[in-house]
Amino acid sequence: MHYLFEPGLLGSGPVRTALLVGAVVAITSGIIGVFTVLRGQSFAGHSLADVATTGGSGAFLVGLNQFWGFLVVGVAAAALMEAIGVQRRRGRDVATGVVLGAALGAAALFLYLGTLKTATTGASFTVLFGSIFVISPDTVPALVASGAVALLTIAVLTRMLLLTSISPDLARARGVNVRLVGIAYLAALAVSVSLAAVAIGAVLSTALLIGPSATALRITKSPARAMAAAALTGLAATWLGIVLAYDSYYWPPYGHGWPVSFFVVVLVLLGYLLSYARRPRRERPRSPHEGAECSPA
Amino acid sequence: MFTGLMLNTWITASIVAVIAGLTGFFAVLRGQTFAAHAIPNGAFAGAAGASLLGINVIWGLAVFAVGGALGIGALGSEQRGRKARNDVVTALALVLMLGLGALFVSVSSQYAEETYALLFGEVFGISRGEVAPIAGLGLAAVVAIGVAFRPLMLTSALPEVAEARGVSTRRADLYFLIVMALATSMTVPVVGALLMFSLMIGPAAAARSVTARPGVALALSVAIALATVWLSIALSYRTNWPLGFFVGVAGAAFYLLGQAARGMGASRTRLTR
Repeated sequence: MHYLFEPGLLGSGPVRTALLVGAVVAITSGIIGVFTVLRGQSFAGHSLADVATTGGSGAFLVGLNQFWGFLVVGVAAAALMEAIGVQRRRGRDVATGVVLGAALGAAALFLYLGTLKTATTGASFTVLFGSIFVISPDTVPALVASGAVALLTIAVLTRMLLLTSISPDLARARGVNVRLVGIAYLAALAVSVSLAAVAIGAVLSTALLIGPSATALRITKSPARAMAAAALTGLAATWLGIVLAYDSYYWPPYGHGWPVSFFVVVLVLLGYLLSYARRPRRERPRSPHEGAECSPA
Repeated sequence: MFTGLMLNTWITASIVAVIAGLTGFFAVLRGQTFAAHAIPNGAFAGAAGASLLGINVIWGLAVFAVGGALGIGALGSEQRGRKARNDVVTALALVLMLGLGALFVSVSSQYAEETYALLFGEVFGISRGEVAPIAGLGLAAVVAIGVAFRPLMLTSALPEVAEARGVSTRRADLYFLIVMALATSMTVPVVGALLMFSLMIGPAAAARSVTARPGVALALSVAIALATVWLSIALSYRTNWPLGFFVGVAGAAFYLLGQAARGMGASRTRLTR
């Protein structure tokens, strides 16, 4: 029989690392994701994750830690995407798609060469779907530092970023360098996507980036509240996902845990569907109960 | 290179290329690039589920691809121009399917090679029995696009005119997503989930950047897709490197060529003016 909280849960080293990394990832993704959703760049966010796969598999090939591969290729791809940066949205989608296709091809090649070299095929699964329980404690400081850098970038840029997200013309009129802000933002996005790729896998990092933020933006219109709500929603989904994955060791098929990524995705999605139950708040007279409703759930 | 099993490979891959060129053209024209990426990827999860249950992979692919298309179509916004919201819904549908895929792959005791083949394709070693269903589904997709060619064109190019004539853009979107899902379910086992996307977008985008005339662009898109696939098979056969690598790189190369050709054409017109 299993309990929701296994007695050994918090005593296990890998689980503690997973909880810590999960928290960093969820908070970074949640806050940056709010801008991704506001700017309508969900596809770019997802593409960066997939492109980072190429880096992850390349790092695997040369025997480096995956995170560095994700990070280097992710940031490079972000710069490339902004450089191609067709201003029309549709054109940008196509350019993003073509870059993505080429990068995925390269990922296929790296993974293939990797399997030739080491005669294991588990790598493709790890790179694509992540494994938060096998993160080595040595990488944790690097992960935390990268998350902090990304958040700091966003914090410095918040005002300009909001302005360029909501009204690029107004921002330009006020003398904001829209392009530069865009590049800085995409770089921060690449860092947060790389973090998420390590935790729940490259192809699923989109879940943490888009899900909590889209949920939060349905609940509240205020960007600051949305960021807080997104970070909290992401955090709840990740931690609960880790606990459930730990418990699932005792579920059928016995002796083989279910992947953390699966639980995180399902929880994130549940959150989004729940937010449909509540219409986004419109302008209306303040009521005495307002304060209670504002608290991010 | 052209004997026995390889002959099946050439036939199947050519069918896949025609379908990808055709559906990809509309995906690019309608701005549904992200959906074109999400549906094949999500379908991969269906394949993993089918192999877990021990049924034919095609069924799993079809159920997940069509389910994903319906989900994207149903939750997406009715108004045009709400692209941000549609992208969010597409992203979430995609991760849900991928999450299920991760679960299926991890629960089944199948080796990771199977996952790798579904994601990146396994075009060599297609048996004669597999060719017929792919050809059938391919024909169905072509007929489906042929039947609705005019409304699809109209809603892609002039949505306001289409609405005025009583053609529902939303319904056309949904119809096209389902056709794309069907086309996907047969192509994923051949070129792989991740690269079906490159085969749809690369050639179509290249064709669109060369000519603005829809008929010509459509034909060109199919032709480039065929060239991409044939080139990739030959190179993959010679080098033993994965097919997906060549498909991805060739797609991007054709797009860049198309962009370069357009750039030169544009500067020429500017000069003659």
